[in-house]
Amino acid sequence: MDVLMLSRLQFAAATFFHFLFVPLTLGLSVMLAIMETRYVRTGDEIYLKMTKFWGKLFLINFAIGVVTGITLEFQFGTNWSRYSEFMGDIFGALLAIEALGFFFLESILLGVWIFGWRKISKKAHAIVMWLIAFASTGSALWIITANAWMQHPVGYVIRNGRAELESFAAVALNTFGIFMFIHTVSAAYILSAFFVMGISAYHLLKKQHVEFFTKSFRIALVFGLIFSFVAIVEGHLHGSHVAETQPAKLAAMESHWETSKNAPIYLFAFPDEANEKNSIEIGPIPGMLSLLSFHSTDAEVKGLKDFPPEERPPVLITFASFKIMVGLGFYFALATSIGWLRRNRLMESPWYLKLMLYSIPLPYIAIDLGWTVAEVGRQPWIVYGIMKTADAVSPIAVSQVAVSLAAFILVYGLLGAAAFYLIIKIARKGPEAVA
Amino acid sequence: MDLQTIWFFLWVLLWAVYFVTDGFDLGVGSLLPILGKTNEEKRIMYNSIGPLWDGNEVWLITAGGVTFAAFPRLYAVMFSSLYSALMLILFALILRGVSLEFRGKVDDPRWHKIWDTCMCVGSLVPAILFGVAFANIFQGIPIDGDGVYHGTLFTLLNPYGLLGGVFFLLLFLVHGSIWLAVKSEGNLHDRAADMANKLWPVLLVVAVIFLVASAFATSIYDNYLAHPVLFIFILITVLALVGIKIFLAKKSYWKAWFSSALTIFLATFYGFIGLFPRMFLSNMNPDYTLTAFNSSSSSLTLTIMLVLALIFVPIVLVYQFWAYNLFKGKVTKEDLAYEEAY
Repeated sequence: MDVLMLSRLQFAAATFFHFLFVPLTLGLSVMLAIMETRYVRTGDEIYLKMTKFWGKLFLINFAIGVVTGITLEFQFGTNWSRYSEFMGDIFGALLAIEALGFFFLESILLGVWIFGWRKISKKAHAIVMWLIAFASTGSALWIITANAWMQHPVGYVIRNGRAELESFAAVALNTFGIFMFIHTVSAAYILSAFFVMGISAYHLLKKQHVEFFTKSFRIALVFGLIFSFVAIVEGHLHGSHVAETQPAKLAAMESHWETSKNAPIYLFAFPDEANEKNSIEIGPIPGMLSLLSFHSTDAEVKGLKDFPPEERPPVLITFASFKIMVGLGFYFALATSIGWLRRNRLMESPWYLKLMLYSIPLPYIAIDLGWTVAEVGRQPWIVYGIMKTADAVSPIAVSQVAVSLAAFILVYGLLGAAAFYLIIKIARKGPEAVA
Repeated sequence: MDLQTIWFFLWVLLWAVYFVTDGFDLGVGSLLPILGKTNEEKRIMYNSIGPLWDGNEVWLITAGGVTFAAFPRLYAVMFSSLYSALMLILFALILRGVSLEFRGKVDDPRWHKIWDTCMCVGSLVPAILFGVAFANIFQGIPIDGDGVYHGTLFTLLNPYGLLGGVFFLLLFLVHGSIWLAVKSEGNLHDRAADMANKLWPVLLVVAVIFLVASAFATSIYDNYLAHPVLFIFILITVLALVGIKIFLAKKSYWKAWFSSALTIFLATFYGFIGLFPRMFLSNMNPDYTLTAFNSSSSSLTLTIMLVLALIFVPIVLVYQFWAYNLFKGKVTKEDLAYEEAY
C-alpha cells in the first residue's frame, strides 16, 4: 500500500473513532442542561442524581472526544500537506475559529462544571452546562462548515497557485454546510436519546431505580422523537441539495447508471460496478428518484455513466451506506413513535424496553454510515471539483505512515476497550455509581 | 507593521501561552511516580491539574489551527516534516488526557498503575519532544524547495535538538513542581518544593549551555547583534529564571510560579525573536526557508483572523483566568472524598 491509501485509512480510522464519542457529548450536554435546570427549579434531588449519573458517562465520552480531536486537526498537516497548503487560506481559518470561539469555552467550562459544585451557585452551575452545550454545538457548526467547503466549495478564487478566500460570508453561510449541520446535530441528538433510553430500559427491565430511569427515558424520548423526524425531513432536503451540487455522489448513492427522466427508485438493487449496471433490480417505483431529487417526476437525473470512470465514487460502499442509513433513520422514527404511545406504560412493555436496549448501537452505525456517504461519495475529490485526494497527500515516507497507522489501531483499540469497559460498568451500576 | 509581522508574533504568543499553561500539567504528570508516594498523594497530584488541563491543552489546538489559518505553507511543511515526532506527541497527549479521566473510575491498584504509567509517559514525551522540535526549528531542518523533508525522526535527535529537549523538560519539571507546592499541603508540598529547589540549579546550568550552544548551532543571534537592544529580552528571561530561586527561597510559591511562567513565556520568544521573519529554517539552502512572508495566507484571511483573534483571545484569557482563580486553593484530603474528584 502507498502513502495515499495508508493516509486515507488512518484518517478514516481516526475520524470514525473520534465520532463514536463526540455525538453523545453533543446531545447529552443539552439533556444534562435540562436535567440540571429542573433540579435548580424544583429542588428535587432526583434530578441532581440524574445530572451526576449521566454526567459521568458524558465526561468519559468528552475526554476521548477531546484527545482524539487534536489528532484529526494535526493530520491535515502531517498526512495531507499538499491539501493544507492549497486550501489553508480558507479551511485553516475555519478550524482556528472553532478553537478560538468555541472549543476554549467548552473545555475551560467543563473543568469548572466537574469541579465547581461547591465553588459556584447552583444556578451558575446549571448555566455552565448550558454554555458547554452551546459551545459544543458551535464547535460542530464550524467543523461542519469546514467539511461542507470540501463538499461544495464557495467564496474562493484560485490565485497564487492556491485557493484564496474571496468572500468569508459565502464560506460561513454555505447552504451545504447548513444542511449538513442540521443533519449531523439531529443524528447526534438521536444517538444520545437512544443511549439514554437504552440504558434506562436496561434498569427498567430489572425493575430497579424505576422513577429515576422512567424520568430519564422520557426526557430522552421527547428528544429522540423530535429529532428522528427532523433528520428525515431535513435529510430529504439535504439529499436534493446533493443532487444539485454533487450529481456524481447522488448517482452513486442511488446506484443510478443511465441518465434519465422519470428516474425510478428500486425497493432492492445491487450495483455491478464492472459492468456499469445493477445486477439486481427489484420493485421499481417509477419517477421516485426524480421526484425526491428535484421535486418533479419529469426531472432528469444524471447517471453514473455520464461521468468518466475516474471521476466516479466507489458505488457499492456509497450506495449500501446510504440505503442502510436511510433504513435506520426510518426505524428511529418508528421506535420513538411507539415509545411516545407507550410513554405512560413503559413498565408494562418489556418487549419495547428490550428493543430499545438492543437499539443502542444502531444510531452509532447510522452516523458512521452517514459520514461514509459524505466522504467516500465525494471521491475521487478531496475538494469537490477542485482537488483530487491523490494530489493532496504529503510527500512523506511510506514507513512512517505504516507505523503511525499501526499505532493508531493499537492505541485506539485499547482506548476503545477501556472506554467501553468503563461506560458499561457505570451504566450497569446506575445511580449507585454516583452515590 | 504589516500583517505577516503581527501574525508572526501572535503565533509565537499562542505557543508561549500553551507552554506556560500546559507546561505545569506536563511537569506534574512527569513527576507523578517520584513525588506521589501514596495513592492519596497521587490523587492530589491529578486533582491539582484536574480542573485546568483541558482548557490548557486547547492552546495547543489553537496554536495548530492558527498555524493552519495564518501560515498554511508552514503548517503543511512543518507538520509533515516533523511527522513522527508529532505523532508521538499526539499519542502521548491522548494517554495523558484519558489517564486523568479514567484512573479514578475503578478502585483497583492494577487499574491505577496502568493509568499512572500512561500519565507519566504521556507527560514526559511531549515535554521532551516539544523541546527537540523547537530546537531543531531554531537550528534548521533538511527540507528542500518543494517542502519535502530529507531525514527521519533520528535526524531531529542531534545534540542541539536533544539539548532543547532537556531544557524544555527541566523548565516544565520546575514549573510543575512549583505548581504542586502551591496546590498541596504537608509532606507532598515539602517534597514538591524540595524538588523545585533541587532542579533549579540544573535548569540554570542547562539554560546557560543552551544560550551558549545557540551561538554555535544556530543563527538566532544575528537579529540580536543587528539590534543589540533586543538583548534586554534575554536579560529579562535570565532575571525571571533567577527570580524563581529567590521566591523559592522566600517560600513565596505563587510568585515563584509566576517567575517560572514568565521564564517559559520569554524563552519561547527568545528563539523566534532571533529567527524573525524566518519560521522554519532549511539547512539545505536558505532559499528554501519558510518565512512569515512566503508562507502566509492572503491578506483577507489574515485580516479577518486578526480581528477575530483580537476579540477572542482576550475573552478567552478573561474566563480562563476566572477558572484559575476559582481553583487556586490547595487540594486537600477532604476534596478527595467528593464523588467528582479524580
